[in-house]
Amino acid sequence: MTVTTGQEAFDTLIAAKQKIEPRDWMPEEYRRTMIRQIAQHAHSEVIGQQPEGNWITRAPSLRRKAILVAKVQDEAGHGLYLYSACETLGVARDELNELLHNGRQKYSSIFNYPTLSWADMGAIGWLVDGAAITNQVALTRTSYGPYARAMIRICKEESFHQRQGYEIMLTLARGTEAQKDMAQDALDRWWWPSLAMFGPPDDQSPHTEQSMRWGIKVETNDQLRQRFVDMTVPQAQFLGLEIPDPELAWNEERGHYDFGDIDWEDFWEVVKGNGPCNRDRIAHKVKAWEDGAWVREAALAHAAKRSAAAEPTANTVNAANTVNAANKELS
Amino acid sequence: MNANPFAANPLFSYLLRLADDNLVHAQQLGALVSWMPELEEDIAVANLCLDHLGQARNLLAYAAEVEGAGRDEDALAMLRDERQFLNAVLVEQPNGDFGQTIARQFLLDAYQVPLYEALVASGDAQLAAIADKAAKEARYHLRYSTQWVVRLGDGTEESHRRMQAGIDALWRYSADLFAADDVEDALAGIAADVAPLRTRFDATVQAVLAEATLALPADPYQRLGGRVGNHTELLGHILPEMQSLYRAHIGAQW
Ligand SMILES: [Fe+2]
Ligand SMILES: [Fe+2]
Repeated sequence: MTVTTGQEAFDTLIAAKQKIEPRDWMPEEYRRTMIRQIAQHAHSEVIGQQPEGNWITRAPSLRRKAILVAKVQDEAGHGLYLYSACETLGVARDELNELLHNGRQKYSSIFNYPTLSWADMGAIGWLVDGAAITNQVALTRTSYGPYARAMIRICKEESFHQRQGYEIMLTLARGTEAQKDMAQDALDRWWWPSLAMFGPPDDQSPHTEQSMRWGIKVETNDQLRQRFVDMTVPQAQFLGLEIPDPELAWNEERGHYDFGDIDWEDFWEVVKGNGPCNRDRIAHKVKAWEDGAWVREAALAHAAKRSAAAEPTANTVNAANTVNAANKELS
Repeated sequence: MNANPFAANPLFSYLLRLADDNLVHAQQLGALVSWMPELEEDIAVANLCLDHLGQARNLLAYAAEVEGAGRDEDALAMLRDERQFLNAVLVEQPNGDFGQTIARQFLLDAYQVPLYEALVASGDAQLAAIADKAAKEARYHLRYSTQWVVRLGDGTEESHRRMQAGIDALWRYSADLFAADDVEDALAGIAADVAPLRTRFDATVQAVLAEATLALPADPYQRLGGRVGNHTELLGHILPEMQSLYRAHIGAQW
């Protein structure tokens, strides 16, 4: 009779491209990597509310306003699913929140750029959600089960966002001169940061190899970036907008677009905290959290009072449950 | 006495009164997304915003049709000035802290539930259909805001103080919700009769505040005027933000 160790069982699942589930044994480093990656993804969704939320009050039509609010709401919802996926690894949402606030965990650097015109709502949907989908479609095959399943659910909404963003760009590109200029300016500002979203080049990405071996990553940063460029260039051509890269050219031999070098120095500066909006994004998040402390305390205190009451009255059931039910109805 | 200019086309004015409550309120809620105490509440406030915005759009689109002057929902939302907005002054009051946000939502919900339930029986079929959908939403909203009024009122000392402060700050703007004039008089069988709405509103407020261990302020002062475009100074700050982009590109499609 053979005794299978946790490590062997884990290796067998990975080799068979099966999913690791929360109750399975996993190497500590795998768990840590997974927590870091899922938490960073969750934080990105939550911080991602801010740049687009910046235009809710100024949306140029009521229809666009409704679409934008619904999109920002979806991003908050993605944050919720992902925090739940992360909690299956034995870490609480409040802890993760704390790590975001004190800067020990990151969020996608793309959200450290400002939204300066309405066209940015188009460019973000088209390029940023587009890049996110490229990444996330690959992640539906990632080895950790709860993360892979969250990705399947999220990808559907992201591709909806991507189409809506592209539709904003199309409307602007077919609009007045001022609208066309707005669209081109947004593409100019968001193109390079969107390419950087895939992370450093493979030869400078120290974790890639281990992550590939564990099935956390299924494709490399450079592969995904190339796929995104190949997909996006014809879309820009259809819009009649120019991608801000003089080196961009179709390479017949490779069957791919060649493109220029990303300014990685700038990328690392933004990651380190020196982007245009890093401080504002975290300050906003921390302020919302701190301003809400008395509300969260009150909810706990109220629930405790109600459950301490010997006999609940007819019209007051457990407060937490009823509020949860109301939230469910609202969503 | 001057004739009421809004009585010239009473159905149009009545629809604007209903629509503008929702439009201005949605505009205020939109500014709160990402500022809530928990992620769940960010999602909830976005839902409230979407529902009120949807109600505003349905009512404005119908108002545009009734007016028949070639304006659409966006022209009505983006090109009218402050004095032409007919929302109750309650909804233009600041978001404040979460207690004040909830107080404003609660007072509006306590009014809109009986309002829409009455309008389901309106002699105007299109208004009745809009109200039917809106009534379902309003009932959910009232459940949501009621639960928060009770939790905050009967939570901690601080939450009690803040929730009471929210009610104290906004109560004086509540009667404007019910202000009616010859616009409503001209719409017998179409507009909702305000007296029964007020009765149901008072009953809801009384019951919920009692459960929340809160009280109405003693000061009887009520600020009226929103229904005839006589607003507090705050609306003149909300509208320019909402309208700026549309007005900067007149004639553009979005
Ligand atoms: Fe998302
Ligand atoms: Fe998205």
